[in-house]
Amino acid sequence: MSGSASAADADTNTSAMFDATTIRKDFPTLERQVHGRPLIYLDSAATAQTPHPVLEAMDGYYTRYCANVHRGVHALAEEATAAYEDARGRFAEFVGADVRGVVFTKNATEAFNLVAYSWARTTLGPGDVLLTTQMEHHANIVPWQLVQEPAGFDIEFVPVTDDGLLDLEAFDRIVATGRVKLFAVTAMSNVVGTINPVADLARRVHDARDDAVVVVDGAQSVPHLPTDFASMGVDFLCASAHKMLGPTGIGMLVARPELLERMPPFLGGGEMIADVTLSGSTFNEIPYKFEAGTPVIAEAVGLGAAVDYLANLGMDAVRAHEIELISQCIPALESVEGVTVHGPSDPELRGAAISFSIEGLHPHDIGTIMDREGIAVRAGHHCAKPLVRSLGTVATTRASFYVYNVPEEINELVRAIEVTKRFFGEL
Amino acid sequence: MTEDLYHDIILDHYRSPRNRSVDLERADVHVHHNNPLCGDELDLRLRVAADGAASVIDAVVYDGEGCSISMASASAMTEAVAGRTLHDAEDLAENFRSMMHGDPVDREDDLLDGIAFQGVAKFPVRVKCALLGWMALRDAISTFQQGEASHRVTHEEPTL
Repeated sequence: MSGSASAADADTNTSAMFDATTIRKDFPTLERQVHGRPLIYLDSAATAQTPHPVLEAMDGYYTRYCANVHRGVHALAEEATAAYEDARGRFAEFVGADVRGVVFTKNATEAFNLVAYSWARTTLGPGDVLLTTQMEHHANIVPWQLVQEPAGFDIEFVPVTDDGLLDLEAFDRIVATGRVKLFAVTAMSNVVGTINPVADLARRVHDARDDAVVVVDGAQSVPHLPTDFASMGVDFLCASAHKMLGPTGIGMLVARPELLERMPPFLGGGEMIADVTLSGSTFNEIPYKFEAGTPVIAEAVGLGAAVDYLANLGMDAVRAHEIELISQCIPALESVEGVTVHGPSDPELRGAAISFSIEGLHPHDIGTIMDREGIAVRAGHHCAKPLVRSLGTVATTRASFYVYNVPEEINELVRAIEVTKRFFGEL
Repeated sequence: MTEDLYHDIILDHYRSPRNRSVDLERADVHVHHNNPLCGDELDLRLRVAADGAASVIDAVVYDGEGCSISMASASAMTEAVAGRTLHDAEDLAENFRSMMHGDPVDREDDLLDGIAFQGVAKFPVRVKCALLGWMALRDAISTFQQGEASHRVTHEEPTL
C-alpha cells in the first residue's frame, strides 16, 4: 500500500477506537464538493463509497499480476489465481461460510437468479409454495416470478405491519400448511431498515418441512451487521460487494455446499466445465461449476480488501456506530414538523437506512433540493414497490448511513429539510 | 441553477394550480397517465366544442399526484391550450416537447407560462416530469379523434 496507513489498518482492536472522522480520510470521494458544497453522502444503502485500500488492491491486480485465473502456468496467472481464491476465502470467513459454498456473481441480483433458475425451477412444482415477503427488494421477487410459470408453484407473500415489521402470525399460518418449500426473506430492509429474525424464521420453515430451503437477501445486512451463515441455519445468502466498500460488478452467493453439488449449472461456458465433447459436457466441481467464463478477478481482489477493511474495524463496532447514528437521526427527523419516519423506531430493530416523508412534498423535489445543498439521498421506490405501497405512498426519501458518516451530517440533513420546506413554501 | 428548474412561475402553478379539478361537466374524453417508476399519476379531462368545421378545446381540467414539476406543468398546459383547436393544441404540444429537448421553439408566446419550463431541459432526469401533462393532452386529443371516451397509459421511463 502506498501513502498513509488507512484507519482500518491502524488497530485491530478497534471497538473503542472507532472514529468515523479518521475513517473518512480513507475515502477520496468524501473530499469532493457537489454544487460548491462539501459532499454529504447519505446513500450508502444504494452504493457505499470505496476506500483507498480497495482501490489500491484492484490497481495492484491491473498493474502487477493482470492475468486470467485457473488456466495459465505462468507466474502472473498463478498470482492472479491465488489472489482471486484468497478473496473467496476471506469473504467466506467474514460471513462464517464454507469456502466451497461461495460463488462469485455479477451482483446480488444474479445470485438470486442463480437460485431461481438452478434450484427453484428444477425443484419446485405444482402444490409447492414459494413464500417471500412484502418487504423485499425487486431482486427477491422478480426472479421467482420468472421461473414460476414453467415450474408451476405458487408464490405467497408475508404482509408487513404498519410499523414496518413482518406479520409473524401470517407467516406462521402460511408455514403451517406444510407447503412452503422455499422461503426468501431479507435480513435487513433496504427501505425501512427493519432487521428480520432470520435464524428464527428459518428454523420454523425447516421444522414445518425438512426439504424446504431458506434464501436470505443479505445485500443490506452483510455490510452492516455481523454475519454468521452457519449459525443462521439458512441455505442461501445473497450479497453484493459495492454495498460493503467494495467495487461494483461482483455479487456473492453463499450456499450450503451439498445443495450446490446437486444443482445444475446456471450459465455455461469456459471455466465451469470438467470436460467438453461435441455431444455433451461434464461440469467442474463447486463453486467453479457456477462461474462460467473469465470471472470478476479485479473485483474479487477489491472485495477481499473491503472485507479486510471491515474486519479490521470490527463488525460489532460498525453496528454500534450505526446504532448511535440511528439513535440521533430518527428523533432529529421527527422533530421537524411534517416529517414522518417509516419503519421501526427502536435502533436495535433496524439498520441505518432511514426512509421518511415530508407532508405535501414529493421525494423527487426533496432529492433535487438536497442535491443542491450537497446532500446525496435517494428518492423513489427503492426497487421495493410492494413495500413502499404498503406505507401508503408511491415514493419516499431515504437517508442511509455507513462507517464514514458523522453526527454533524445529520444536522446538515435536518437543515436541508428545513431549506426544502421553505423553498416550497411550507406546502 | 436550482432557479432554472424551480422558476418562480413553476412554483406559483404548484402552489396555486389552475384548472385543477377531479371532474369536468359534460367531459368528452378522460385519460389517465401514470409513471410507475416515479409514481406520478395524472388525470386529464377535455370538453370539445365545434367551431365551424374545427373542434376546439372548450374546457380542460387536470388532477393528479406527483412532483412540483409534473403538476405545475400540467397546470400551465391547461391555460395554454384552452380555447385552441385540437390541431393547434397538438402543434403547441410539439413545440413544448422540442423545448424540453433543448431545441429552439417558434411559439414561445403561445406557451404562456409554459415557457418557464425551458430551464427544465438542463435537468434531463426531470424532463419527463414536465412532459407528463403534455403527453396526456396529446393522448386525450387522439383518443377523442378515434371516437373513444377514455384511455389509460403507463409510461415506463423514469422521471428520476
